[in-house]
Amino acid sequence: MAEELKLFRTWSSPYGFRVVHGLKIKGLEYETILEDLTNKSASLLEYNPTHKKVPVLVHNGKSICESLVILEYIDETWKHCPLLPQDPYDKAMARFWAKFGDEKVLPSIWSVFISQGKEQEEAVAPAVGNLKFLEELLKGKKFFGGKTIGYLDLAFGLLANLVNILEEIVDLKLVDAEIFPLLSAWMNNFSTDPVIKDCWPPRDKMVEKFKAMREPYLKKVA
Amino acid sequence: MASNEMKLLGAWPSPFVLRARIALNIKSVEYEFMEENVLVTKSDLLLKSNPVYKKIPVLIHGERPICESLIIVQYVDEVWASGPAILPSDPYDRAVARFWAVYLDDKWFPSLTAILMSDGEEAKKTALEQAIQGLDLLEEAFTKCSKGQNFFGGDKIGYLDIALGSFLGWVRVIQIMANVSLIDESKTPNLFKWAQDFSGHDAVKDVLPETDKLVEFSKFLVAKVKGSGTK
Repeated sequence: MAEELKLFRTWSSPYGFRVVHGLKIKGLEYETILEDLTNKSASLLEYNPTHKKVPVLVHNGKSICESLVILEYIDETWKHCPLLPQDPYDKAMARFWAKFGDEKVLPSIWSVFISQGKEQEEAVAPAVGNLKFLEELLKGKKFFGGKTIGYLDLAFGLLANLVNILEEIVDLKLVDAEIFPLLSAWMNNFSTDPVIKDCWPPRDKMVEKFKAMREPYLKKVA
Repeated sequence: MASNEMKLLGAWPSPFVLRARIALNIKSVEYEFMEENVLVTKSDLLLKSNPVYKKIPVLIHGERPICESLIIVQYVDEVWASGPAILPSDPYDRAVARFWAVYLDDKWFPSLTAILMSDGEEAKKTALEQAIQGLDLLEEAFTKCSKGQNFFGGDKIGYLDIALGSFLGWVRVIQIMANVSLIDESKTPNLFKWAQDFSGHDAVKDVLPETDKLVEFSKFLVAKVKGSGTK
């Protein structure tokens, strides 16, 4: 029976790209439906009625939502090229740090991005503090998953893509290669990995988009 | 410490700690429960075991700490794989259970606590509406997940039962203190019955905090939170 596999995402959402990369690692073929979040398709609303958000993976008519839940689903359904470690403790650690990334790392980087002046200066320390945990995790490893890209690399993947776009826009270096040698190396290794490198949203469009997202926050101070 | 010794750092009122306790009970795992009085002070062991969040629960297996309640539940399920399964076996059913558990923690529980903690009647009313909407969604999810049986996990309690059931004590407290009906027999009949079945389950009944004790504790907690002016 031919499998039906569809991914609803936007052109830019990093959460969507987690799933894109996961599907690529597994070598799976699927249909992409690009959504415009200002005009959501009827299908998206049907497949994710609770949150009406992307990404949504549809497998043989059944929808799976939330990017990290989707990654675990993919990993459990197609067992080759495992994304998560096999050992329960290592798995628990991967899940813990992925959650930390979403709950703490990304919001703290965002705070730096949307603030200015003194407020921005004060936002830097917590962001750097959170990133230091990641630097520590990479000791002795090329990827968070070890020798190859795994679940945690995919979870943090948005850092490899987004951080230097945000740094460029605000003209502020957060992941300084001297302070974060391992994390800087990881960002490069991840981005240039054959599985990942052709699967990024166009950089110029991203810069344009995030500049526009920052605008309302600048107007507040003016 | 022996490599298979288990300790759980927790506190009796915490629904998150309760999740870990229920999971360990399902698997009949023996462990030492170490009560933390986190509102007063945090033990050195807690600070050392969970340097990132400094929160309970923390499960310490041998020397290794595992943090975050749902991660602990999955860990227990995977280590004691020969015991009764907590997560369903089918990947899609697992994804559904995980989805709703994330929803509970990210969206539903904050609206539940906001009923007690937020300032002003408007804010409380909005929080109540959100919490009730969430329960309507869960009533629907129950029908799909339970497949005609007593629990989200089917004929036995599973991941989503634990994720939602751990909040039942607090649901009852809020019903009393805010004088509202949340899990209502006429509006969410499945959840109403489920709540009774869950609370009476062997793995749950001895660790579920008594409602009157929780009511007393919640008065103290609300006073502390509001008194300090922080959320």
